[in-house]
Amino acid sequence: MAKRPAALALSLAVPAGLLIAWFLATSLGGVKTYQLASPGDVARELGALWSNGLLWRHLAASIERVLLGFGVALAFAIVLASLVGLSRPIEAALDPTLQAIRSIPSLAWVPLLLLWLGIGENAKVTLIAIGAFFPIYVNLVAGIRNVDRKLVEVGQVLGLGRFELARRVVLPAALPSLLVGARIGLTQAWLFLVAAELLASTRGLGFMLTEGQQIARTDEILTAIVLLALCGKLSESIMRGIEARLLHWTDGLPA
Amino acid sequence: MRHAIEIDGLSKHYGPRAVLERFELFVEPGETLAILGASGCGKSTLLRCIAGLVQPDAGTIAVRDELGFVFQEPRLLPWLTVERNVAFAARSDVERARVKDVLELVGLTPAAHLLPKQLSGGMAQRAALARTLVRNPKILLLDEPLSALDALLRLELQTSLAQIVRETGSTAVLVTHDVQEALYLADRIVVLDGAPARGVLELDVPVPLRRSRTADLTDERIALLAALGIEGRVPKRSHRGLRVVAP
Repeated sequence: MAKRPAALALSLAVPAGLLIAWFLATSLGGVKTYQLASPGDVARELGALWSNGLLWRHLAASIERVLLGFGVALAFAIVLASLVGLSRPIEAALDPTLQAIRSIPSLAWVPLLLLWLGIGENAKVTLIAIGAFFPIYVNLVAGIRNVDRKLVEVGQVLGLGRFELARRVVLPAALPSLLVGARIGLTQAWLFLVAAELLASTRGLGFMLTEGQQIARTDEILTAIVLLALCGKLSESIMRGIEARLLHWTDGLPA
Repeated sequence: MRHAIEIDGLSKHYGPRAVLERFELFVEPGETLAILGASGCGKSTLLRCIAGLVQPDAGTIAVRDELGFVFQEPRLLPWLTVERNVAFAARSDVERARVKDVLELVGLTPAAHLLPKQLSGGMAQRAALARTLVRNPKILLLDEPLSALDALLRLELQTSLAQIVRETGSTAVLVTHDVQEALYLADRIVVLDGAPARGVLELDVPVPLRRSRTADLTDERIALLAALGIEGRVPKRSHRGLRVVAP
């Protein structure tokens, strides 16, 4: 516990250094503002967005899309990974197709999604869900496959049927893998969010990026990038917190 | 008298290796039978066949009563507390109501709320035993349940196990490679040699030696048995088919 403040100070050192370097690069005149806005410009832009309410409008739009896409991905991944992980015939039927779909570069979906779903929210959420789905799916299938056979035998000598064995032994034992997959999946959701919002949107952090580029406002672009970094880091921390709470029973090294 | 377990013509091969070949064994109701043998002789496979964990290639296994199985390792579900691990095996309200009783029986009442990672090896194995006992099985299959424990703890748990088997009136089949443990716990000992497994020596443990720590191993047959176990292997030919019944 005594280490926490030291660790926090260490983890802040690099961002602080970057901030200082950024400040020096722009204030000493080495870099032009149309190439790189100064930290002050970004702070002013953030303040302006805050006061005119656009900050929350963009953030809320992006967070909503990420959560929706992630939620859909989580639901589909849990169902499909459970079926594939628990049944060899279902694995033989589904897994090759899913692996093939997984190898398709994400942006290849965009034209099709736009044609099918239009340029509205559905296409964006679907793209995000595709991106978040595979890390969760792959990790959960591996987790189910790697469940300790010795625990499965405990269920077998107690006469548990397939369904009970899955519900009471295999799936709880695979929870750590599911949570790792979900954490990676959420990070993927933020990556795909930007791809989705760069296409056609009127709000969101990805929209700020395109708008900033079109009107040559590096302060707006950098503001969006800073916000994306903060959102990504925050959601990762939340996922780690959930993992720590749900996995207090694991016997690993303290995180 | 009907046997608690009847095994006839049991065969099991792993690839070209015959672990069990037309194996025969009868277990009397209420007796504690120790199956003694070096590792790899097929004694665990035999027990796993009885429990249904291994599908035999041929033969019949008739079990007259409900089975409980205790593994060599505790195999507790790491996400459940001790109490919930024990309750995991309960199927009915009657059995759920027994959870506290069996925890008391194995001396784990104060540890009921702990997670498996917080338990010592001996406590974890006691919890595993409680999980098996909660269903009140009439037949206990014990697969080297104490061999992973250190010596002092093993003695302590042997005492508990003997007491529990006596109090519950269970039939027990104990697989072990520990001669002293077999002599202490068993009414009857079958020494196996592999592979395929066959009984090379069978011994009714004389009453004065049962549940006795002060076993005087002057009886030459018991001394022989001890020597076999201490050597960790059973002579291949000299004792085949030998059946020795102590007076």
